[in-house]
Amino acid sequence: MYIQKDLVAASATPLVLAILSEGESYGYAIIKRVAELSNGEMQWTDGMVYPLLHRLERNGHVKAVWGRSETGRRRKYYRLTRAGSKHLARQRREWQTVDLALRGIWLTTLDTPSRSG
Amino acid sequence: MTKDEALEERIGEWRTYFRRRQAVHATDVDELEDHLRSQVEALSEAGLDPDEAFLVAVKRLGDLDSVSREFAHEYSERLWKQLVVSPGAGTVSLTAHRDTILAIGLAIAAAVALKIPELFGLHISGRDADASFYVRNVTLLVLPFLAGFFALKRELPRSGWYLLALPFIAAALIANLLPFKPEGHTLVLAAIHLPIALWLTVGFAYAGGRWRSHEQRMNFVRFSGEWFIYYTLIALGGGTLVMFTIFIFEAIGLNAEPLVGQWIIPCGAAGAVLIAAWLVESKQSVIENMAPVLTLLFTPLFAVLLLIFVATMIWTGNAIAVGREVLIGFDLLLVLVLGLLLYAISARDSQAAPRSFDTLRLLLVLCALLVDVLALWAIVARTSEFGWTPNKTAALGLNLLLLVNLGWSAVLYARFLAKRSSFLRLERWQTAYLPAYAAWAWIVTALFPAIFNYR
Repeated sequence: MYIQKDLVAASATPLVLAILSEGESYGYAIIKRVAELSNGEMQWTDGMVYPLLHRLERNGHVKAVWGRSETGRRRKYYRLTRAGSKHLARQRREWQTVDLALRGIWLTTLDTPSRSG
Repeated sequence: MTKDEALEERIGEWRTYFRRRQAVHATDVDELEDHLRSQVEALSEAGLDPDEAFLVAVKRLGDLDSVSREFAHEYSERLWKQLVVSPGAGTVSLTAHRDTILAIGLAIAAAVALKIPELFGLHISGRDADASFYVRNVTLLVLPFLAGFFALKRELPRSGWYLLALPFIAAALIANLLPFKPEGHTLVLAAIHLPIALWLTVGFAYAGGRWRSHEQRMNFVRFSGEWFIYYTLIALGGGTLVMFTIFIFEAIGLNAEPLVGQWIIPCGAAGAVLIAAWLVESKQSVIENMAPVLTLLFTPLFAVLLLIFVATMIWTGNAIAVGREVLIGFDLLLVLVLGLLLYAISARDSQAAPRSFDTLRLLLVLCALLVDVLALWAIVARTSEFGWTPNKTAALGLNLLLLVNLGWSAVLYARFLAKRSSFLRLERWQTAYLPAYAAWAWIVTALFPAIFNYR
């Protein structure tokens, strides 16, 4: 499904932070997890996740360390920091509010959106 | 070429292409490469050809322009570098500011280090100069600071610092414990080769310890060329300063020459090593590619010179006269041709198709090889007369090293021109060969004295 750019950009931060709250991870795995969570509906341009991760690192929300993959390749792993968890909690409240409002209005409008793939 | 090799080559090309972007740094490309490889592996497991998998993976990663734009957005300071000569105000200049202080501090430290032995009565110039001490130790007093500069700048891990210190300690031991004879040939050879060996050690620090990486090696080659140009420029300015110092003090009846010889020239020369390196680093993107421009200018000139030389030799039938300096002269010729080739390679887009200039470069290399082989022929034919002196062995060894390097480069170049191989292979060959020079420099420095009995 096509999701407009602004929405992708806005939801990317909480999604990445939430995925990292499950445990340490790296770019490729994060993208795979996003696809999994959305049943393959959300397709990010893979390269875009890295500038985002770097911004989160700069803001202190995640911490990055170079490690090795199972096959011995250099790989950069990201971990949620305490500031990151706080930020996630705040984002979560914001999104829940938006979600709640939207749900309210979806219920009262007649044509419920049908999933299309 | 197997499929895996083809894949490696494509990933290499993809890397160099990405690296050209101002806002994307080498470590970012490393990270993206890991992603690319993970994706390729997953797709291959799903049954795709490595080729197809690569294409799909690259496509999913997003086109270079938008990804690097996103990086540029995130790292605006990286783009600043290309816009301002002196780093601007604000947070952007924080690291640049730190580098400036670091470079100037280390330059002063190098200048002081050079003068410290004078406290122990070892004079650098003047009537009672101890030439032998400074001949052996001058690089050891300066280059550690340069290595330190890069080690600090690249945030080398602790283990890297130990590895970096090792060659310097070894060099100090060799230079000061071996029983060299003053004015001996092996002493002079060691004094010439030690700087080369240690310069390549600086390369280890420059690469942040990742000396195995081809890109880092190529960057160091680029750096060395730019450094040389900056150093020459600084030396020109320094010469002018010295001339005026002597001139104006002479005008009031004072002789400034001792001051100039004892302080300004040695300290300036030592400090300039650091300052030139810092300039290359900080102005990297502004005045980039000076060396490639020079090679572009001189490649045709040298090619023409050598062609005419070979033609003249054939026309007149004059053989190369074997003198003392012939071997060294031809070594220098090969070094020069190698330099022209290296800087041309370092600036070239490795994906571009062969152009007429590439043919010219191949011609230059072939001419140089031909001339060198003729010279070697003449020398070897008469070798029994002279025997194996240290100078001759060193020159001959270097000549062989260069011959192998240039010879195989010519083969790869020809194959590239015939479209049977990629340009990347030529690049890789050059960077892969660099350690051979380091090894040879160490052999001449460390083993020749004993082999030739400190002659």
